[in-house]
Amino acid sequence: MNAVDLLFWLFAVLSVGGGLAMIFSRHPVSAAMFMIVSLVGVAALFVLLESFFLAILQVLVYAGAVMVLFLFIIMLLDVGPEAGKKKLSHLKTGIFGLFASVVLVGVLLMLGNSYDTLVLDHIAWPPLSESDVSPSPILPFSTQVSAFGYGLMTKYMLPIQIAGFMLLAAMVGVIILSKKNPTREDAS
Amino acid sequence: MIRRNVLLMLMSLELMLNGINIALLTFSRVGSNLDGGIFVFFIMTVAAAEVAVGLALLVALYKKRNSVLSDDMGLLKN
Repeated sequence: MNAVDLLFWLFAVLSVGGGLAMIFSRHPVSAAMFMIVSLVGVAALFVLLESFFLAILQVLVYAGAVMVLFLFIIMLLDVGPEAGKKKLSHLKTGIFGLFASVVLVGVLLMLGNSYDTLVLDHIAWPPLSESDVSPSPILPFSTQVSAFGYGLMTKYMLPIQIAGFMLLAAMVGVIILSKKNPTREDAS
Repeated sequence: MIRRNVLLMLMSLELMLNGINIALLTFSRVGSNLDGGIFVFFIMTVAAAEVAVGLALLVALYKKRNSVLSDDMGLLKN
């Protein structure tokens, strides 16, 4: 077990444990804090996958912007810990539980059947491409940010424009939603 | 154990999208193809926009119903 494996297990446990702690914590603020732990663990896993740009983006966007937004809303609404437990009926719980466990067992069986191909040691990990920008339509994996830019500006030109338009639509939608809604008399 | 807080539901949604991101990036790395990485980029964009809209909706609902629990939002029930 080398250092990279050790780091992988450390951050895997950190992200999964943070996620579980988030789900099980009753208070929204502590849930948000555990979510930051989980997101930073995921960012570290991105680094271990040699995708440094996405790791930085993960920390900036998720651990920065999204979590600040969540904490701001928690503060604005003054949400307390969730009180009392109301259980679903046993029949409903049983049906959902049965369905989820059937799906889980099916997936595990499928994974078990193809286990030989899934063991990561058997995979010939391709070397990272030396040239950061490739003219071929198949974009090779690269650690360079310029490869991302090249891919986004050539093969993914339309999706990035749609994403930009979607961000604009989301922004306008949020502004309209958070505006004071006029009463019926004002509208008429 | 059931969570009825819509804020926590949105957080869990983010967590699920993160899991998808890890899977996509791993396959992208193993298959030596940048498409997965770029898709992760787009998923992050969509997730950020979705959180912004979701939280704005939640604030608007809170102003109306004075609660963030999904039980209190069954407007169309009955």
